[in-house]
Amino acid sequence: MSAGVTTRARPGPPAARAGFGSVLRAEWTKFRTVRGWVIGMIVAAVLIDLIGLLAVQAGIGCGNGRTGAACLQPLPTGPGGEAVTDSFYFVRRPLTSHGSITARITALTGRYVSGGAAGPGLPGGGLQPGIQPWSKAGIMIKASTRPGSAYAAMMATGGHGVRFQYNYAQDFPGLPGRLSAASPRWLRLTRSGDLITGYDSADGRHWTRLGAARLAGLPATAQAGLFTTSPPYMKVTSGFGGSNGQIGPSLATGVFDHVGLSGGPGGRWAGQDIGANGPAYSGPQIGFGQAGGRFTVTGSGDIAPVVPGTGPGPSATIEDHLAGVFAGLIAVVVIAALFMTAEYRRGLIRTTLAASPRRGRVLAAKTVVAGLVAFAAGLAASVIAVTVGVRLSRDQGQYVLPVTWLTEVRVIAGTAAVLAVAAVLAVAIGTVLRRSAVAVAAVVVAIVLPYVLAVAQVVPAGAGEWLLRVTPAAGFAIQQSIPHYAQVTAQYTPPAYFPLFPWAGFGVLCGYAAAAVALALYLLRRRDA
Amino acid sequence: MSRTLPARRVGLAAADSGGWVGLRGALYAEWTKLRTAPETTWLLIATVVLTMAVSTAAAAATRCSPGTACPVDVPKLSLTGIEFGQAVVAVLAVLAIGGEYSTGMIRTTLTAMPRRLRVLAAKAAVLTGLVLAAGTVAVAGSLLAGRLILPGHGFTAAHGFHVLSLTTGPVLRPAAGSVLYLALIALLSLGTCAVLRDSATAVGVVLGLLYLFPIIAALASDPHWRRHLEQIGPMTAGLAIQATTGLRTLPISPWAGLGVLAAWAAGALLAGGLLLRFRDA
Repeated sequence: MSAGVTTRARPGPPAARAGFGSVLRAEWTKFRTVRGWVIGMIVAAVLIDLIGLLAVQAGIGCGNGRTGAACLQPLPTGPGGEAVTDSFYFVRRPLTSHGSITARITALTGRYVSGGAAGPGLPGGGLQPGIQPWSKAGIMIKASTRPGSAYAAMMATGGHGVRFQYNYAQDFPGLPGRLSAASPRWLRLTRSGDLITGYDSADGRHWTRLGAARLAGLPATAQAGLFTTSPPYMKVTSGFGGSNGQIGPSLATGVFDHVGLSGGPGGRWAGQDIGANGPAYSGPQIGFGQAGGRFTVTGSGDIAPVVPGTGPGPSATIEDHLAGVFAGLIAVVVIAALFMTAEYRRGLIRTTLAASPRRGRVLAAKTVVAGLVAFAAGLAASVIAVTVGVRLSRDQGQYVLPVTWLTEVRVIAGTAAVLAVAAVLAVAIGTVLRRSAVAVAAVVVAIVLPYVLAVAQVVPAGAGEWLLRVTPAAGFAIQQSIPHYAQVTAQYTPPAYFPLFPWAGFGVLCGYAAAAVALALYLLRRRDA
Repeated sequence: MSRTLPARRVGLAAADSGGWVGLRGALYAEWTKLRTAPETTWLLIATVVLTMAVSTAAAAATRCSPGTACPVDVPKLSLTGIEFGQAVVAVLAVLAIGGEYSTGMIRTTLTAMPRRLRVLAAKAAVLTGLVLAAGTVAVAGSLLAGRLILPGHGFTAAHGFHVLSLTTGPVLRPAAGSVLYLALIALLSLGTCAVLRDSATAVGVVLGLLYLFPIIAALASDPHWRRHLEQIGPMTAGLAIQATTGLRTLPISPWAGLGVLAAWAAGALLAGGLLLRFRDA
């Protein structure tokens, strides 16, 4: 040690004056050097994948000793890429690129089976009279008779008035009310190239335009004609400890006259049962009759997107493979809460705040580090869970409802984001309560318990929906991949459906996190450490 | 220095002697520790208040209009708060031993009372007593709230619903069973924390054990899997004790369900006891 050596100042000013970057780096160093926390994050990711993939492994058989991939029943997909039911009775003739079809519908009646046996052997086929709200009869222009091909249709429905629908997902209302022989409905579709326009009228003279659809790739010779279809009868009674669904096939009969088709080569009307593999009634009643200018068309099925629970075979959604996120979430919450409360337990908080006296920065740095680490772990785990899980599901004979890549990204990144926001919430609650056990319990109870109560049907359906609106559990709405369709009757209940839109539900969770961070900031500044 | 020091503290002297005197000393020590820990009182009050509040809210939110069939299990509905109260009980039980690990107090405790299993047994006994007392108040309050609210919402005896009176068998079982349920949750949490030695991790694991089974069961597509998951989950099986209607369709019968939870608690306590006995503190 010679006297000539001078002690040099350390490179860089102390962290207090160095700005947010150094505080962030300090917090990141604290996180990554605690082995238990790093292992904990890996455990969170592994739990998400393990539980998600194990949940898929439920063996599915489909009779005749067949299991696995042999049971896979792929569904037709519509022009938008979504799985669709395309099952109806079609009385058709070719239509060239310019033309129109007009018809008057004078009656729409239905019959259905309310559970139990159905078949030709039973009196009346086991059928009782009654029309379904979304039984449809009307006119259609369709690219081909292949199920899933593009179409546009004008129709009268059992309970929702006249509608203009095209390409399965699009639905526009027309004349309201039920039709009868005294108040029939006139329907018209015109084709000009690939543009189809729909009109309705009460008297056949004054027409109202309902909408227009551009059907990409509509061939020069399309099919035009009359159709009838009827979705299954469904009655759901829900209460404590589960809901009971009654479901049975139905069929509908539409009566048409004043049928006119211009712009075709002419010829005979041909009847065909399209895509008769759906949840449809099959019996001798299906078909059509023509007497004079009067057509009677009877069909069963539906022309609509498939939502969870309405497909013909077992089907799953991509978010079904993310069941493990709840286990991962608990692990993330434990680590994020400890990230803050461990400082209080060890007294390190006094050193931390002495080194960077701007307390808001410390809190911000901690939330950023915890949030980003949770997001990274969640993203890696969700990508694997969904991509591998979907493949495993298909190998098991489980059809996975297809979604667009944008929706897939939203579900996967959204799951990671839910974990990140939960981590931020845990850091904030840990700051407020300063006790790890209480903080962990508070955050887990706030996020997971409402979901348990709603999904496991501990509380009635109405109360469960309310819980998924106002509690942090609303954030899981970001995982919903198949939207709610007003024109499809189904059991829109959790876990497949949430009462809020995906981003709105996520916003509720973010709101809770923001409020907790604000409270934490206030208390951290005000209280002695 | 030949003078022998008088054993000033009863607890210390008793711990060294065997048998019932030692256990009594351990019980007294654990009772003193738990009684004087600041969070114990708050958590016990929170158990009672939150259980009753959630039960009351559930009862107030449910209505049965005349002429409609309401598939509602009235005793179960009025005990909905247990789903919430069990989380508070879990925190209380975890802190009973986790608090000692976080402060290093456990080393003092084990120096004073070297018989480690006795320490755990004393903790379990004191905790069970406290939770049974708080649980009884919470359950009685919840049933009282249900009894006052539900008949006004259409759930009357005339419509075939149970009157919430403790003297009738169908109500006594869910009520007493819910109190026992809370005590078993406390024991499960105590054992888990004795294994893990960290309060936050233990709370996470216990809440995971409770909440994950019903979630995964609800998401499972296969009904057999669903049933099996509900049969082995500590919460799904244990809360079968609250059911009074549709007993045939339950995944597990009420007392067998409580037995499943008891097995979980016993397993956790056994693991915790063995690790406490053979591991460095």
